[in-house]
Amino acid sequence: MKAMDAQSIIAKRIAQELRSGMLVNLGIGIPTMVANYVPSEIKIFFQSENGLIGTGPIPEEGMGHRLLTDAGGRPVTALPGACTFDSAMSFGLIRGGHVDITVLGALQVDAHGLLANWMIPGKMVPGMGGAMDLVTGAKRVIVAMQHTAKGKPKIVNKCTLPLTSVRPVDLVVSELAVIGFPEGRATLLERGPGVPVEQVIAGTEAKLALPDQIPEMQL
Amino acid sequence: MKSVSVEEAVEIIPDGATLMIGGFMGVGTPERLIDELVHQGKRNLTVIANDTAVPRQGIGKLVDAGLVSRTIASHIGLNPETQRQMIAGKMAVDLVPQGTLIERIRAGGFGLGGVLTPTGVGTVVEEGKQKIDVNGKTYLLETALRAEFALIAAFLADYSGNLSYALTARNFNPVIAMAADTTIVTAEHIVPVGLIAPDHVVTPAPLVHYLVTNG
Repeated sequence: MKAMDAQSIIAKRIAQELRSGMLVNLGIGIPTMVANYVPSEIKIFFQSENGLIGTGPIPEEGMGHRLLTDAGGRPVTALPGACTFDSAMSFGLIRGGHVDITVLGALQVDAHGLLANWMIPGKMVPGMGGAMDLVTGAKRVIVAMQHTAKGKPKIVNKCTLPLTSVRPVDLVVSELAVIGFPEGRATLLERGPGVPVEQVIAGTEAKLALPDQIPEMQL
Repeated sequence: MKSVSVEEAVEIIPDGATLMIGGFMGVGTPERLIDELVHQGKRNLTVIANDTAVPRQGIGKLVDAGLVSRTIASHIGLNPETQRQMIAGKMAVDLVPQGTLIERIRAGGFGLGGVLTPTGVGTVVEEGKQKIDVNGKTYLLETALRAEFALIAAFLADYSGNLSYALTARNFNPVIAMAADTTIVTAEHIVPVGLIAPDHVVTPAPLVHYLVTNG
């Protein structure tokens, strides 16, 4: 197999969690790339929280419309069957538990699955946007992130940055590992392509539970 | 409903006014009203909106011109000028989760004192707020928001003031139309009554006080 870059590994693995008919919200960055790896026979309703279900790929040059954008303000297309709505409806869908999966980035995730992804005090104060509602309300929360930042673990014992929600995430997918939180405990479920368990442990501050079988991601 | 020029519409707005402004990253923002606010130099404004867009676009133009003294928004991360003015102490910024912000506005327009939301419980957002348990689950009491003016961008307005919106430009617009003392609307197209079918009217005419004529 040709070696894949970290972002593609993460996006491709998360795409395997999606099932036909699901309503899915993808955050900005690596999460957006997940849509590129969904097989064509699987039909997903992608939501943009600015008021769209049925978000399609970036339009061809000259085919965009200035009133049809994603939550980052970039032009998108709308797939057949798409619908639009206001922000109260959009966040009713999110907070009300109607979104099956949300995929977001992270600054830190702790040993119990708590997430910090919206600010670094004194450095970066962009505002939480929709992140707190998404993590609080979606049926399943998946974090897409590189395993470490500048060599420092992002999966920590306890988040030192402000939390996004007290609701723990369900799954963390990095280029090194798939980590779940059964019974509230960080557990190594899968290894990245060619990655030994020791490498995952070395890049993780939180203590990982290690099941007997830890298969490699099947990409 | 009264039809007015964009100059007349903005003359109604005093310095120090509180404005709810439609738009999401500049999409669905009444740009002509924004440009005229800058032109007339209305100062010391409080802006309630999803975000402050980017410099030189939408609400970003008000920020660039130094006309905003307070912002209540969910996201300012894509506008470095807003962040600069916030850090310099020139603009107060209240950051509110997006779903909470829109519900506080909805409550303001729907005659409610506030809403109970689980969003923000156990985070910095809960500081200073009342927590209420309902059926074993904890919620924050988030109080209603209203404004003196709502500035709306519609796609279609008919001669009577009925409004409809297009694609992702709807966002905060129909919600803020309920939550202000005075509603001022720009529309891409002003059309005869009846052209927007009753089932397709999103904002009913009685909510619209001023419709800005198209040049």
